[in-house]
Amino acid sequence: MRRILLIALKDLLLILRDRSMVLMILIGPFLLTFGMGLISGRMGGGVSQSSGPRDIPVAIVNQDGQMLGNALVNVLSSPELAVLLEPVLVPDVETAKQQVEADQVAAAIIVPTGFTQSLIPLAKEWQAWSPSSSSNLAIQIYANPGRPNSVAIIESIVREFLFRVEKGRVLGLTAITPLVTAGAIQSTQAEEIGRALGESLARANDAKDLMQVAITEGGLTPSHEVDVMSSLAPGMALLFLMFTATYGARSLLVERRQQTLQRLMMTPTSPIQILLGKGFGVYLSGVLQQLVLIGTSTWLFSLNWGDALGVIALILCAALAAVGWGLLVAAWARTPAQVASAGSALMLLFGLLGGSFVDLSSMPSPVYVLSRVTPNAWGLDGYAILAGGGSLSQIGQPLLALILMGVSLIVFAGVILMHSRHFTQA
Amino acid sequence: MIRVHNLTKRFGHLTAVDNLTFEVKEGEIFSLLGPNGAGKTTTISILATLLLPTSGEAWIDGYSILQRPLEVRRLIGVVPQEIALYQDLSGYENLWFWGQMYGLRGAELRQRIRMTLEQVGLDEKAHHKVRTYSGGMKRRLNLAAGLLHHPRVLFLDEPTVGIDPQSRRAILDFVKSLNREGMTILYTTHYMEEAQELSHRVGIMDHGRLIALGTQSALLQQAGEHDTLVLSFENDLKPQPPLEVLRHLSEVINVSREGDRIKVLTTAPEEVLPHLVTVCLEHGVRIRSVEVIEPNLETVFLKLTGRALRD
Repeated sequence: MRRILLIALKDLLLILRDRSMVLMILIGPFLLTFGMGLISGRMGGGVSQSSGPRDIPVAIVNQDGQMLGNALVNVLSSPELAVLLEPVLVPDVETAKQQVEADQVAAAIIVPTGFTQSLIPLAKEWQAWSPSSSSNLAIQIYANPGRPNSVAIIESIVREFLFRVEKGRVLGLTAITPLVTAGAIQSTQAEEIGRALGESLARANDAKDLMQVAITEGGLTPSHEVDVMSSLAPGMALLFLMFTATYGARSLLVERRQQTLQRLMMTPTSPIQILLGKGFGVYLSGVLQQLVLIGTSTWLFSLNWGDALGVIALILCAALAAVGWGLLVAAWARTPAQVASAGSALMLLFGLLGGSFVDLSSMPSPVYVLSRVTPNAWGLDGYAILAGGGSLSQIGQPLLALILMGVSLIVFAGVILMHSRHFTQA
Repeated sequence: MIRVHNLTKRFGHLTAVDNLTFEVKEGEIFSLLGPNGAGKTTTISILATLLLPTSGEAWIDGYSILQRPLEVRRLIGVVPQEIALYQDLSGYENLWFWGQMYGLRGAELRQRIRMTLEQVGLDEKAHHKVRTYSGGMKRRLNLAAGLLHHPRVLFLDEPTVGIDPQSRRAILDFVKSLNREGMTILYTTHYMEEAQELSHRVGIMDHGRLIALGTQSALLQQAGEHDTLVLSFENDLKPQPPLEVLRHLSEVINVSREGDRIKVLTTAPEEVLPHLVTVCLEHGVRIRSVEVIEPNLETVFLKLTGRALRD
C-alpha cells in the first residue's frame, strides 16, 4: 500500500510541476468556465434563466379534486415554475401514461381520489380516522426513463410539496387530537380548526413559499430557479476530467519511454502495485481538478451545486470512471502520442455524447442509450439532481453506475496491461 | 554470487542473447565487453528480472530470477544505460523516492541520501531539478539512485556513455571504491579501457554470444604477440583505402575500419608497415599518421571477430 501511495503522490507532484499539465487540467477548464460565465452574465452572482433545463413537459391527473390536489396543481402551474415546467392537465391516468410512453412528457403526476381526505378528515369521520389511512393513497409519478434529469426535478418538487403537507398534517394531529380526546372541543369544532389549518397549508403552498421552506427545512438549494452555469459548469468539469484521466494515464507510457518504468520494475515492487499507483495518481489529479473547478465556480459565480456530500461523492465516483477510461486508452496505446490523440478524441466524443455540450433530454432515444457509456452522462445526471435540490440518497443510481464503470474498466485495462509485454517486460 | 546457465533471449527472429553461461564471484568486478548490439543490456535486463529469458536460467545469491524475482530485486541495484530519473524532481527528491521504493525510511534514508550525494559530488546541487543538471551530473545521480540501498550486487550498464572525462573518472573511481567495500559488480561497456581498468575478469560478447572469458592476462595471451597498426588518412578516407588488398598482405591477420581510421592486426608491424604505405600510395590514399599499439582487450576482440569494438 505504501509503494502504491508513493507512486501516486510522486505522479501528482510531477503533474503539479508540469506547467503544460497545470494549464490543461486546471487553468484551461477554469478559464473556459469563466468565459462562459462572463458570456452568460454570471459574474457577480446574478442569475440567468436563459438556458439549461426548461419547459419540462409534465402531465397532471388530479383525481383528488380537493384542496391538496388542487394546491399541487397550483404549485406546478405557478409563475415561479413557469420557465422550468410546462404542465398539462390530463383527465385520466391512461391518457397520461400514453403521453409518457410516447415521450410527449417527462412524467405524469397522478393525485389519487381521496388524497386530501386521507390527510385532513371530515368532522363526521374524525373518530374513526387514523393517520395510517393515508399510506394507501400516495401521489404517483409515472416516469419517462429517457428523461432522468427532468424526472429528478419533478420528483424533487413533488417531494418538497409532500414534505410541507406532511409537516402540516402532523402539526394538526398533534394539536387537535388531544383536545378532542380530552373533550375540550367537539368533533365539529375539530373540523373547523382542521379547515383553518388546511387554509394555512394552502397559503403555504404558494410555490415561492414552498421553495423558501426548502431552504430552511431541507438545507437544500437557496433557489430552484434554473441557472445556465449550473449546467455549463458540471459539463465543463466532466469534459476536462476525461482529459485529465487520459492525459494522466499517458504518464505510464511516458515513464516507459524515459526508462523510469523499467527502473521501477527492477525495484521490489510488483507490476500490480505500479499499475495501481499510477492509476491512483491520475485519480488524485482528477479529484483535485474537480475540487478546484467546483470550488472556484462556487466562489466566483455564486453557483450552488447542491448537497455537499452528494457533490463530493460524485467527484470521487466520476474520477474513478474517468481513470478507468484513461487506463484503457493507455493499455491500448503504444506511445504517449497515441494516448494524447486518442484521449483528446475520447474527451470530445464523450463530451458530445455525454451531454457536456448539449442537453441530452432533447436528444433521440438511441443517443440517450449510447450516452450511458460515458462518465459525463451519469455525472451530469447526478449534478442535475443535486442542483434541483436532491440529496446524496437520490443520486445512488449515477454513483453506482460510475463506480461499476470505473472498477470494471480498471480491471479490464489491468488485465490487458498485465498480459502486455510492453508493460510487464518494459 | 551470480550464476548464468545457457541463457537465451530471442525477439522474434533476432537472437539477442545466445546460450550465455558464466559466473561472477562475490566481491568481483566482472565486465561484459562488446560493441553496441552485442547483447550486454539484454543480459543485464534478464538478470535484473525486467525481461524473461526465452530459455536458460540464472541465480543471484542462490535465488532464481524466474522463481524468486522479488528476492532478487531486493539484492540488486541497477544503474541503467539511460538516465532513468524524474526530470522535474530534484536530485534529493529522486533519491528519496527511489530509496523509499527499496524500503528505506526516515533518518536512515536521509543519512544515506546525504552520504551518497557527497560521494557522487552532487551535494551542492541536491535541491535543483534534475532537468537543470549537466549530462555528467545526471549520470552520477543515475548511479547514486542505483546504489542508495547498498545492494549486494550492482549492475552497471554502460554508466559512462556520453559524459565528460571528469565525470567519467569520478564514476570509475566510485565503482572501484564500492568494490573495495565488498560490492559485487557486473559492468557492461564497449570501452576497452574501462574494462581493463576496472575488471577482475572480462567476458567478451559479440552477437549475443560470449566469445571469450577470463582474466585480462589470460585474454591477452589469446591475442598472442599481435600488435595493432592504427592508420589515419588525409582527405577523410577519400578515396577509400583498399581494405581487401591490405587484408591479403603477408603477416596481416585482420583489417578493420573505425571511423576515419584503419586498424591492422599484425604479427610483424615493422615488416607490414612499408607494404601498407606502398599499397595506399598506389591507390591514391595519403597516410597522415601511423600508431603502433601493443596487445590489449581490443586486440583480442579484433582477433576473435575481425572487427573493432566500435564498428
